[in-house]
Amino acid sequence: MGLPPGAEPVPSSSSGSRGRGSRMFGGRGVLVSSASTIVFFALIALVVALAPGSSLVAERFFEPYHLNRSLFGTVTTPSVVGAFVLNIKMFLIAEVFILILALVVAIVRGIPGPVFFPFRAVAVGYTDLFRGVPLILVLYMIGFGLPGLGLKYFSSQSEVTYGVLALVLVYSAYVAEVYRAGIDSVHESQTAAARSLGLSRWQAMRFVVLPQAIRRVIPPLLNDFIGLQKDTALISVLGPIEAARAANIYAAEQFNYGSFVIAAFLFIIVTIPLARFTDRLIERDQRRRRAGAAL
Amino acid sequence: MRKLLVLIASLVLFAGCAEEPSNQPSSSGGGGAKDPCAAKSLSTVAEGKLTVATDKPAFPPWFQGSLKARSGYEGEVATEVAKRLKLPIEWVVEPFNKAYAPGPKDWDFDINQVTITEERERAIDFSDGYYDNSQGVLALKETPVAEAKSISDLKDHQFGAQVGTTSLAFISSTIQPSAEVKVFDTTNDAVSALKNSQIDALVTDVPTTVYLRDLVVKNSLVIGQYAPTEQFGMVFEEDNPLVECVNEALEEMKSDGTLEKLEQKFLQDYLQIPTLE
Repeated sequence: MGLPPGAEPVPSSSSGSRGRGSRMFGGRGVLVSSASTIVFFALIALVVALAPGSSLVAERFFEPYHLNRSLFGTVTTPSVVGAFVLNIKMFLIAEVFILILALVVAIVRGIPGPVFFPFRAVAVGYTDLFRGVPLILVLYMIGFGLPGLGLKYFSSQSEVTYGVLALVLVYSAYVAEVYRAGIDSVHESQTAAARSLGLSRWQAMRFVVLPQAIRRVIPPLLNDFIGLQKDTALISVLGPIEAARAANIYAAEQFNYGSFVIAAFLFIIVTIPLARFTDRLIERDQRRRRAGAAL
Repeated sequence: MRKLLVLIASLVLFAGCAEEPSNQPSSSGGGGAKDPCAAKSLSTVAEGKLTVATDKPAFPPWFQGSLKARSGYEGEVATEVAKRLKLPIEWVVEPFNKAYAPGPKDWDFDINQVTITEERERAIDFSDGYYDNSQGVLALKETPVAEAKSISDLKDHQFGAQVGTTSLAFISSTIQPSAEVKVFDTTNDAVSALKNSQIDALVTDVPTTVYLRDLVVKNSLVIGQYAPTEQFGMVFEEDNPLVECVNEALEEMKSDGTLEKLEQKFLQDYLQIPTLE
């Protein structure tokens, strides 16, 4: 993946002989980029503003009165921001279980030897199954199926528990594959070296392979968690009132979609920091690798 | 650069030109337009017929029969309105949540047990009411909630309802239960939750509760109904002049007893449910 040392593109210093000229070009570049940005967004704003239904859409989606009322709730509609707390809770709880379960699945899938075939088969079957079935169907099957079975403990949990269980099952299948990609990306010679030092197979995995593998997959893991954060909204099909449902209740009662804008905004202010954090990690990782290659 | 300018100009022009009134005044027919509600002078979405929308699945007793020939109370009310406007009727499917979206509609009106409220009227137009609705409470027999005689007896039970219904608002404003109400996408999901005892009681309009009791949820009963405080109306795009004509037809159907006859035909069983105080 990495560029060979020295082949890195060096943007500004290549034109060293031009000195001031390049600086002037840089200044013009800033001008051009700001001008094109302004024109670009002004154009979009203009087209939206001149659209025949723009005032209608503004009223139906962005009226401050409705934004405000849906955010804090009314007598008959729940507060969207209050309901959003449930999304955060579900996200945090599910995340912990996913990290653990997915790692177990990924490791089991990599255990060599004919004796362990059934375990590998279960791991493969699990990832195939839960990556293939849409989350909403898994939610329905668990949320309405398990309680229907009438079992003593498993059938008397709350809908939020069933929802989190479905999230964990589906997302662990994805994340297990991310882990597996990371584990596979660690060169076999690492395991061989660790084994020749006298580490057991498990120790080699635990102390040599996994630390390298997990560091490499942190960006894609965070990417999956951004998806998870949004998918907590699907749990509403089982009955709990989370942010998207609270918005839906408001919209249906008032015939105004402002509540959806509020809910979208809440999800965004949580996912954007996570996305920037992921970018930072990727950058840091690339810097480190380049530094490593230069050695 | 010039190309860019041309592009901008054409985009602006395009956006400006797109403005077109969707509801032309309904006086295009030949001769002197005496009756604005005469079939020829009516401007409907699809020319020469009345396009009527409802959600899918549609439940008895509101709807029965196939999409082509709808029966049931709402099915026949709409058919009767079309007959009085002297237009053939065509049914289309429209999800409830989309019925109040901004923008042009591909139907003339939506009939889907939509309760008339002031807030909703800010976004769409309603016809006059065609049914006085009351809320019904459905529960499984031999459960604690089944003993309830009054609204206050219901307080400490777990309620469920379909999103978007006034039943939901009724639960939170009138019953005011101690546990947060559970909200489902469809009545079917709420019914599953009731069967699984994930909720103790389900609130929906009385005719639907009776239908569910008789045909869907075994061993269930309708605890009671809450006196009618609301009316169902047909949903129109804002400022659609057709409302006046439909209201005229509904007025006729009220005064000549047609509505009452239809109520007796489809909704008769629901008059015997005890009233909750």
